[in-house]
Amino acid sequence: MLLRRLGFAAFAGLALSSPVLAETVSDFTLENGMEVVVIEDHRAPVVTHMVWYRVGAADEPAGHSGIAHFLEHLMFKGTDTMAAGEFSDTVEAQGGDDNAFTSWDYTAYFQRVAADRLDLMMQMEADRMRNLQLTEEDVTTERQVILEERSQRTDSDPDALFGEQRRAAQYQNHRYGVPIIGWRHEMEQLDRDDALAFYERYYAPNNAILVVAGDVTPEAVRAMAEEHYGPLQPTEGLQPRMRPTEPPQLAERRLSFSDPRVAQPYVIRSYLAPERNAGDQKQAAALTLLAELLGGSGTTSVLAKALQFGDAKAVYTTAFYDGGSLDVGSFGLAIVPVPGVSLQEAEEAMDGVIAQFLEDGVNPEDFERIKVQIRAADIYARDNVDGLARRYGQALTTGLTVQDVKDWPAVLDAVTPEEVLAAAREVLDRRQAVTGWLVQDEPEQVVPVQGGAAAVPAQVEGETQ
Amino acid sequence: MMLRLAAALILFALPLRAEVEIKEVTSPGGITAWLVEEHELPFTALEIRFKGGTSVDQPGKRGAVNLMTGLIEEGAGDLDAQGFATARDDLAATFSFRANTDAVGVSARFLSENRDQAVALLRSALVEPRFDADALERVRGQVLSGLASDAKDPNALAGRAFDAAAFGDHPYGTPGDGTVESVTALTRDDIVAAHKGALARDRIYVSAVGDITAEDLGALLDRLLGDLPATGAEMPGQAEYRLDGGVTVVEFPTPQAVIAFGHEGITRDDPDFFAAYILNEVLGGGRFGARLMTEVREKRGLTYGIGTYLVPMDHAELYMGRFASGNAVVGQAIDIVKAEWAKAATEGITAEELAATKTYLTGSYPLRFDGNGPIADILVGMQMEDLPIDYPVTRNAKIEAVTLEDIKRVAARVLKPEALHFVVVGQPEGIASDG
Repeated sequence: MLLRRLGFAAFAGLALSSPVLAETVSDFTLENGMEVVVIEDHRAPVVTHMVWYRVGAADEPAGHSGIAHFLEHLMFKGTDTMAAGEFSDTVEAQGGDDNAFTSWDYTAYFQRVAADRLDLMMQMEADRMRNLQLTEEDVTTERQVILEERSQRTDSDPDALFGEQRRAAQYQNHRYGVPIIGWRHEMEQLDRDDALAFYERYYAPNNAILVVAGDVTPEAVRAMAEEHYGPLQPTEGLQPRMRPTEPPQLAERRLSFSDPRVAQPYVIRSYLAPERNAGDQKQAAALTLLAELLGGSGTTSVLAKALQFGDAKAVYTTAFYDGGSLDVGSFGLAIVPVPGVSLQEAEEAMDGVIAQFLEDGVNPEDFERIKVQIRAADIYARDNVDGLARRYGQALTTGLTVQDVKDWPAVLDAVTPEEVLAAAREVLDRRQAVTGWLVQDEPEQVVPVQGGAAAVPAQVEGETQ
Repeated sequence: MMLRLAAALILFALPLRAEVEIKEVTSPGGITAWLVEEHELPFTALEIRFKGGTSVDQPGKRGAVNLMTGLIEEGAGDLDAQGFATARDDLAATFSFRANTDAVGVSARFLSENRDQAVALLRSALVEPRFDADALERVRGQVLSGLASDAKDPNALAGRAFDAAAFGDHPYGTPGDGTVESVTALTRDDIVAAHKGALARDRIYVSAVGDITAEDLGALLDRLLGDLPATGAEMPGQAEYRLDGGVTVVEFPTPQAVIAFGHEGITRDDPDFFAAYILNEVLGGGRFGARLMTEVREKRGLTYGIGTYLVPMDHAELYMGRFASGNAVVGQAIDIVKAEWAKAATEGITAEELAATKTYLTGSYPLRFDGNGPIADILVGMQMEDLPIDYPVTRNAKIEAVTLEDIKRVAARVLKPEALHFVVVGQPEGIASDG
């Protein structure tokens, strides 16, 4: 297989793997409301320290898109006791790495350091949770950086622009339809007051989750966390997150995006789909398996077998499910046609395969093979403690519990072919879908892109500082 | 102030040592591998490299090694493409194959419970790939799709323009994926020849990390690789660098230009390599605090990120950098890069920068050894660079030994502000190609 850099490929094969053995993960809550998760892995004297906030782009006030991500950048400026840039300088002086990322549902900050440097990381991260200092100059310069970031990651990339337009069509009431990086005209207006108001409300221990993974013990983490995070004051009156919900979608939505820079046209469709919910992950598990069956393998999945072999219609096909969100998720299908096959033909071919699948049902051998891989993924996942830390942080900022994460492999394993088919019948309804065509356009027919309109990072979890 | 003190105290603590015990294993058949036994998790990560990679493409056959590599798991032995994928997935093994400038890389993970079957399947892919006609056309289509995307990708265009101007007819001057013309013309015979030329025993490097003993690994090596041909294609000669300082503009409609820049670099085995490495970290390392990141991003907001890096290849050495900037400010950003280059060339770096960078590099090194897969990757890379097996325990001492005078001498030798060539892909304002 030789495939590259289509924006939606990042979704494929997502969320298949599962957590470490139960006894190596522990959790507790500090008196001020800060949750703590400890994942032990004593193979190397290294630790990952992460603080996740239950706030992301979908929590932004209308008209101020991009403020969650902008604040993430500004968190690397100074505090009452540290100069701008000193945080990262100090981590590096310890031989560590640090960074941060923002999504619709969460904002997270992390450092990887030698295990004996954990205390200092906690001291600094606790400091900037409540004591950030911003000058007007910090804000003005960093705003230019995020505008350049938007130019680089979105406006220069027709795939990303197309993804942004599709999301805006998919979510008409929920803020998931607004890009994490922000709409350019709103980003240009973001100021210091916006950043500080957002910071003061949401950056508090009762809105944060500490995840520590690596060569540590829960007892040691508890003692350090109580010392550094324990004294921080919670934000009073912080309400549970209730975002505007999507109204029922009654009519299929279609859009066509053309750009002279498009090299490879394709069709992509996404349906609103239920997400993983606390204590209720069964349908999400069925959809995870459905995505694997339909498009998880470039060789043996239902779409690949039907469309990429023999009289091939497609150079690439995939299916993806994003259920790792606080509110409604999505399920998607995509096809990249071979030269000479139109987007119309490609879409019809893809629909034909789906219709046939709904009629034929699940091939038992394919189903069993995917189950085998899921079980093995549990073993392979334990080799990557950073990945485990992210999995817990994401789960706990999207409404799940530690127990849900621990249960997930068993929930996946218990899914039956009948449940997969039932989930497919419920979700794969074009009246609840957005179908997009990415079209190659002749340069002379198109107004040069000015970077005015749109943008979404192609990944579920976008925006690293 | 409190925090400064805490940091200063911890600096005296010993940097971590990379605590991995590496063994050299030689198979009964004479194939050598480096091994770290790690029996906590019931799987093994295996890394194989075949030196040469896409640079052993024969004249007129550019892209053959890349296409061959893409076909390795598209049918082997008795199995067609779907049969192979089904067998691999039934074992829950993962294989990946890729062709790079100087090597073909193979990464595999397999469970202890079915290791022999997984290895037999991988052997079949490496030793007896089928290169079926339908698979050839399918993967050729994927490669051509990628080339079409590259033709409209400012990042790819910038790299290609630089390489072409720097290396001309040498394989380094053209993309390893080939061109639309060369890939379209490749035949099955070309692919078979590329397989024979690129995957041979005289160019193999292997590492394994995980749940396997030295004895089992020895036997595995012969089963897996023993049936490959003893020798392969001749390596290309040295690539002559032919680019002078200046600017080349590649017109491309985009709001933000992509800039690739650089000049000749330094070999990996140069006695001054570590000094050059530290110098680069200070000047253009991708981290915050590096001079270019500070001047171009933090102070002025002209880019989202800028980085420079040493690129020692087998047949040439480059010192490259890259960033993207709005068309209106590209000229300003380029001027800053040139000025910083000149400043470091004449003045070197400060004692504080040297100390901070040494602390970072020595402290972060052990953090790389954090999983079977990453460790296997490091070990195979060390072998390809001809480093000794105890390198992980001596490496930090080499960093510590670099002095301010070393850096100054190397900066004067390696940094050549007048030789910097900038390839700008976009619609930059106030900049035109020269020469």
